[in-house]
Amino acid sequence: MLRVEAINIKKNFGNRKIFSNINFTLDSKNVLGITGKNGSGKSTLVKIIAGIISATNGEVKYFIDQKHIEQPEIYKYYGFVSPYLQLYEEFSAFENLELISKIRNIMIDENRILSLLERFGLLDRKDDYVREYSSGMKQRLKYAAALYHKPDLLILDEPRSNLDSDGIRIVYDIIQEHKEKGSIIIATNDLEDIQLCNNIIDLNRIPK
Amino acid sequence: MRKYIIPIFAIFQKDFKSELRTRYALNALAMFVVTTISIILFAIANETPSYEILAGILWIIIFFSAMSGMARTFVSEEEKNTVMTLHTITTPVTVYFGKFLFNLILLIVINSFSIILYMLLMPNFEIKSPDIFIVTLALGTFGLASTSTIIAAIIAKSNTKGTLYPVLSFPILLPLLLVVIKATKLALEGEIFSKALPDFQVMLAYFVVITAGSYLLFDYIWKD
Repeated sequence: MLRVEAINIKKNFGNRKIFSNINFTLDSKNVLGITGKNGSGKSTLVKIIAGIISATNGEVKYFIDQKHIEQPEIYKYYGFVSPYLQLYEEFSAFENLELISKIRNIMIDENRILSLLERFGLLDRKDDYVREYSSGMKQRLKYAAALYHKPDLLILDEPRSNLDSDGIRIVYDIIQEHKEKGSIIIATNDLEDIQLCNNIIDLNRIPK
Repeated sequence: MRKYIIPIFAIFQKDFKSELRTRYALNALAMFVVTTISIILFAIANETPSYEILAGILWIIIFFSAMSGMARTFVSEEEKNTVMTLHTITTPVTVYFGKFLFNLILLIVINSFSIILYMLLMPNFEIKSPDIFIVTLALGTFGLASTSTIIAAIIAKSNTKGTLYPVLSFPILLPLLLVVIKATKLALEGEIFSKALPDFQVMLAYFVVITAGSYLLFDYIWKD
């Protein structure tokens, strides 16, 4: 069981204060929502949680069955989807997932790759270069990449971004399935997304 | 160990495949080497350069070709916004050594090409002590690849990537360049292997220090 603890997270960019004193604990089968107006630091906070950038103060700790996971190893436990994360455009969708599997040092499971691509409606375009994909198709592929290693935690920054109604339905199905066994963090301003969460951090109300 | 080796090779393989598809660095580097050697040939005309000058020019070509191609590994990740993808799928150490391996192989290819061209075209360039030359080239390439990789990671985040790269690299690479030029001169003069040993020790120490420093610092460079 994964547990994520954020302790007194503070972030400044130079003299600009983004947020401070953010504390939360996220256990399995919970969905944490992060909301706030544009520029309030939603994406910054999810990047700190994912260990992509450092906090100015405070720390985020990951525990598996109460055993602390060292910072460089936390990537194994989450899948991250966001509009600003890009996959390799000079490779096909299949190659991207194969590559990610190798870099993650997990066995390449062709059946899993194909089933994920099928689920996201990309199977018939699996051998096309990602640069030939629409923004919605790229977003779908990011979900496939984030789910491939069966993570305990899903971190979704603007989960509906670039998706059509069919894509949004697939994502909502995945959120419903995933919250039965793991945990989810959603950074969003969308009311429908917020309704899926059982805890909310509103960055508009957090002191800077 | 295996848990590091497979991802490091996967990063290398990704960059290698990407390079084969785009041919960005390889073409640019090959053109750079051909152009530079042509200009040097025009400049020296019928003169016969001394061993010291020949060794110096060779390493100037290698240094600047490294400067024009090595940064690509990190700069392209920044330009394509794929840095964050790497952050979310592996450790910083894996990224550093994967990129180092790619830069090393690229540098070996370019150095081999440069030396063959240099031997064919430059008058008076005859390697009389191949043992000294091969060890110098190997240790020099390792040191250059290691330094180029860590500096590429630093400059990839700046706005003036192209200018900053050689400017930042030069003072760091100067000790290595001075020693490899001296050892190359010994190889051209046909000296015995033992005479170049102190230079090899400096080159090896340089590579170990830079690689160890990079290993310790890369996490901080990579994160913010």
